[in-house]
Amino acid sequence: MVASVTSLGRSGVYDWLVQRVSAIVLAVYFVFLLGFFAFSSEITYEIWKGLFSQGWMKIFSLMALAALGAHAWVGMWTVSTDYLKNGVTRFIFQAVCGGTMFVYFVWGVQILWGL
Amino acid sequence: MLVSVYRYNPDKDEAPFMQDIEVNIPEGRDLMVLDVLGLIKEIDPSVAYRRACREGVCGSDGLNMNGRNGLACITPMSEVVKNNKLVIRPLPGLPVIRDLVVDMGMFYKQYEKIKPYLLNDTPPPAIERLQSLEDRDKLDGLYECILCACCSTACPSFWWNPDKFVGPSGLLQAYRFLIDSRDTATAERLAELDDPFSVFRCRGIMNCVSVCPKGLNPTKAIGHIRNMLLQRAT
Ligand code: SF4
Repeated sequence: MVASVTSLGRSGVYDWLVQRVSAIVLAVYFVFLLGFFAFSSEITYEIWKGLFSQGWMKIFSLMALAALGAHAWVGMWTVSTDYLKNGVTRFIFQAVCGGTMFVYFVWGVQILWGL
Repeated sequence: MLVSVYRYNPDKDEAPFMQDIEVNIPEGRDLMVLDVLGLIKEIDPSVAYRRACREGVCGSDGLNMNGRNGLACITPMSEVVKNNKLVIRPLPGLPVIRDLVVDMGMFYKQYEKIKPYLLNDTPPPAIERLQSLEDRDKLDGLYECILCACCSTACPSFWWNPDKFVGPSGLLQAYRFLIDSRDTATAERLAELDDPFSVFRCRGIMNCVSVCPKGLNPTKAIGHIRNMLLQRAT
């Protein structure tokens, strides 16, 4: 057993599952958006705003945003533990990644509910 | 034929270097790389490498030949030589002791970690622990590993984290004991493998499968372990 406190779930199975589930959520979200672009005859500000003012779309977008954060965390954490062998550098890198994801998440919530 | 051999004697050399040696290969024969090393040794007796059984059973002459890991004794020249040139290096990712001899300590440590022996807490029977034919069949494709380290040293995940990632060879053996019907420590074994490094560093690169001289499939075994861990956790 290798101890690690900076991984998302501190368990390999958990991180593995989070990575797969979040990938599915992101795939469904982007396929939906592509479908929306493909099947609407024209996209105006009103139509775009209309889509995002629906409750389910807000929840769906928030879900995609949370999935993106988790997916990126597991991914960047893995990259950092593979390639960054200096503990301090690795921690700073992880902190910057974690901070960025948090900012994006809060910012996303603000945008979604500020519409 | 031109053979380029990795040379490094830490007592004498400041840095490793490649030594080019012209070797006369007898006409009309497809020598094994180990035989070529024998011819090299006649030219320059200071070249160091490991060998023992010379027939792919002991696993001691694992080398990197023209960029590919394998056992020198069962790798024919026709399989690796390109443009009449052969480059021989030690197995990648392990510390070099001298020339083609590497320190296998880290590799064995990972093997030791998975407790490569039967654990059974029931009283031992008078003669032996029996196993059905079906249960015995489950060990095929696993028990044949000769610990040559060709797979683990071809694995980028093992290169980056040789102290934390068990590696293809160790995990193949871990699975060999996880599915042995005579072993009663399955839960404890799985608990030891549940962290983000031991098993989950495997990214399915499958270099292990492509180089294993015994034709074994560590990636498949790792997949089975992952499924067992998922079953246990969900
Ligand atoms: S799995 Fe194959 S390549 Fe890996 S140590 Fe065993 S025999 Fe060698």
